[in-house]
Amino acid sequence: MSLLVVESAGLQTTVQDFGREGFGVLGISASGAADAVALRLGNLLLENKAGTPALEITLTGGTFLFPDGAVICLAGANFGAQVDGQALELWRPHAILPGKRVVFGATRDYARCYLCVAGGIGVTQFLGSASTHVLSGLGGWEGRALRRGDVLQIGKLRKNIRRRKLRPGVLNTLKPEKKLRVTRGPQFDWFAEEARRALASGNFVVSEDSNRIGLRLDGPRLAARVNAEMISEGAPVGAIQVTPSGQTILLFVEQQTTGGYPKIANVIGADLHCVGQLRPRDTIRFEEVSLAEARELWVEQQKLLGSEERLFA
Amino acid sequence: MRFQAASDQSLLVYLSEEIGAAAHERVVWLMRLLQREPIKWLRNIQPAYCSLLITFDAAAVDHAEVQAKISELERHAKKLPAAEPRLVEVPVCYGGEFGPDLDWVAEQRGLPAEKVVELHIAPTYHAYFLGFAPGFAYLGDLAEEIAVPRVETPRKEVAAGSVGIAGRQTAIYPFGTPGGWRLIGRTPLEIFRKDREPMGMIAIGDQVRFRPITRAEFLATRRA
Repeated sequence: MSLLVVESAGLQTTVQDFGREGFGVLGISASGAADAVALRLGNLLLENKAGTPALEITLTGGTFLFPDGAVICLAGANFGAQVDGQALELWRPHAILPGKRVVFGATRDYARCYLCVAGGIGVTQFLGSASTHVLSGLGGWEGRALRRGDVLQIGKLRKNIRRRKLRPGVLNTLKPEKKLRVTRGPQFDWFAEEARRALASGNFVVSEDSNRIGLRLDGPRLAARVNAEMISEGAPVGAIQVTPSGQTILLFVEQQTTGGYPKIANVIGADLHCVGQLRPRDTIRFEEVSLAEARELWVEQQKLLGSEERLFA
Repeated sequence: MRFQAASDQSLLVYLSEEIGAAAHERVVWLMRLLQREPIKWLRNIQPAYCSLLITFDAAAVDHAEVQAKISELERHAKKLPAAEPRLVEVPVCYGGEFGPDLDWVAEQRGLPAEKVVELHIAPTYHAYFLGFAPGFAYLGDLAEEIAVPRVETPRKEVAAGSVGIAGRQTAIYPFGTPGGWRLIGRTPLEIFRKDREPMGMIAIGDQVRFRPITRAEFLATRRA
């Protein structure tokens, strides 16, 4: 194995893969890449398995030294990453020579960039996944975000890399949108007509107090009409819940698995990757679709992401 | 049984509309039926007081098909033998630095602090389900005399092992996480350890009792 040395870690850099779904009975949420689409494409460009562990870099980057070299691919947001002052283009494999460092700046567009490495990042798996669950300090690299001085094992530098490229149009189709499509939540009926209209037509601003657990949204007050105390129940990722004080919260990958707040809507599976690319102060909107439409969009996205011919030139 | 789509990839199955032992029994029953045979499209099961949230592979099945499968399971299921409940004892040092809200609870309910502790240790609690964070068990039912609402603004960090109460429930925080329950004590035991089998000290369906310990006992256990 080769090494990766963290010279500076950035705001929050964690090891992520597709997460550990299926442990709800233990109270464990899936975690995993906030933008699973970018992680998948970055890995496929390196001919890795789609869910190979990578570094998820958030809002402001870090500096990573590759003493033994590596082949890497950057996927997701553009942090203006450079090697020796030379810009590294996103969405294509690059050979990093031994002793070189990749320097990330602050994001110029979205929230998260994946530093994928050919051969992956080697950490001990927890419940079948390399993903970091920051809240509980489980998984990933020592259960936490990376710090200066951490040394991780990575795949070896390969001599011959295929210069794979995405087909034109692929990134546009999968572009992270600020208009999120939603289906009705299980307590949709608890909300008055006014709240439903506000959800459909209002602007919501992502608060600074947002993270992988959930995004707090400032916007129109979506007060529930029913005042009954709700019995806590399982909450899906992407659930939009409203607290009694009117705070709107979008549950995300490191969510708490159950909750007692009414859920007015839920972001559809095909748009969850867009949530992972939202930054504090971004303005977002919601658009309601039917369950059948949401399913069609999901199936179509999965087909595209599973088709080498449609993805690569 | 009542079905409700929760998202485009999940379905809520309500087995009761009221918290209680009967609801819990039905929840665990359906959970075990779903765990008994491998179901290809089943991605996750999240039990709660009266419901199960079932997450499925939406490219393989839709809500109607999941609903049909569950109805079929229910119709054909033989009664499963009841699982032997495990009794878990949790030592707790009440009050002081470990239970910063104990006096507040006592004052709110017009009871001496010792009486609050007495009422907290009296019942054998039932672990209804795990949620919020890994290993966080929702235990009930807390005595009505010491039921209090959550704090208005959750604490940014609650120490691992803290014992909290909210409404008719009590729980132990397995990790240092944000938390909104009133803290009355702390256990020196590690509630969740990834290098232990099982990882969580408390599982769904377990019975739990609290035992008061002194500060010295707390510190001795911590050091051990």
